[in-house]
Amino acid sequence: MPDAIATTHEAGAHSALQHHFENMEQQREAGTLGMWVFLVTEIMFFGALFLAYTLYRYKYPEAFAAASNHLDLRLGAINTVVLIFSSFTMAMAVYSTQVGKRRNSIICLLLTLVLGLTFLGIKAVEYHDKYRDSLIPGQLVPGRPFNPAVAKPGETDEHKLHLPPGATVKNVEMFYWIYFAMTGMHALHMIIGVGLLTVLTIMAWRGRFSPEYYAPVEISGLYWHFVDIVWIFLFPLLYLLGRHLEGHGG
Amino acid sequence: MSEHVVYPRVYVTIFLVLLVGTSLTVLAAFQDFPGPLNAVVALTIAVVKGTLVVLYFMHVRYSSRLIWLVIAAALFWLAIMFALTISDYSTRSWLPVM
Repeated sequence: MPDAIATTHEAGAHSALQHHFENMEQQREAGTLGMWVFLVTEIMFFGALFLAYTLYRYKYPEAFAAASNHLDLRLGAINTVVLIFSSFTMAMAVYSTQVGKRRNSIICLLLTLVLGLTFLGIKAVEYHDKYRDSLIPGQLVPGRPFNPAVAKPGETDEHKLHLPPGATVKNVEMFYWIYFAMTGMHALHMIIGVGLLTVLTIMAWRGRFSPEYYAPVEISGLYWHFVDIVWIFLFPLLYLLGRHLEGHGG
Repeated sequence: MSEHVVYPRVYVTIFLVLLVGTSLTVLAAFQDFPGPLNAVVALTIAVVKGTLVVLYFMHVRYSSRLIWLVIAAALFWLAIMFALTISDYSTRSWLPVM
């Protein structure tokens, strides 16, 4: 057994360099790989939700189209733009940190944080609309079971469900289980992302990052972009699937 | 050094393309294409947008082969999960119900 195991690097090494890495480059690469392996598990996790969506949409096409048309397309589209914009500001935060522009990197991180909170705020408005229309499935909200008002033929009240032939309230409820499971898990990821951004902003404020050490920004960026990609798929699948049927009794 | 700085010009371009993609997917959703084409168009646009985010925002285009392998493995397992499950559900009606 060797009696001297090096646990520290020689003077001059970056203070953020951990003892088990040769240099900053190797440490950053290992971190990036680790984040990607984590994202693989996330792909499989959200993949299962997308699979459940696919199977039930295939089984109840009319109910899914009707339920989807009841979602607020405008808010969904605004949220898509908000999230894409936040991905852009996150990418700019990584760039600013890489080139050592501390002020720009703090501004970009703060912008990303604010856009993330905007997304969550709009999501909360949407959830509240669903609560008002008694569209929260099952007994998730005590005293407010799933019990939407169904529009009679010719009625145009947008708070009521418009059911085409073949769609039942029970199957619309299935859509809303999947809607809340998917957007809820997505929102949870956004909340975690907002937490990460808060920590990053504080670290950037304290001048912890430099062109040599920006791995935390880079790796959190990977996570943030992944959550954005999930929404890029959720938006058309949840909000747009039945819009082309709206004209003819859909 | 495999470190690669992606310049803001690239990020701005990708950002604008993503906005165009979002507008296209909303416009396409209101067109009544034959058969399942609406879903095909929506998913194609989503896949293109997702790929751009992965390649440029997530720097995969400039990353090592190891990262490519990890992502390919994820997509491969995802494909298995979808293919086997859907082949089950979509063929259940082929057998007479006992």
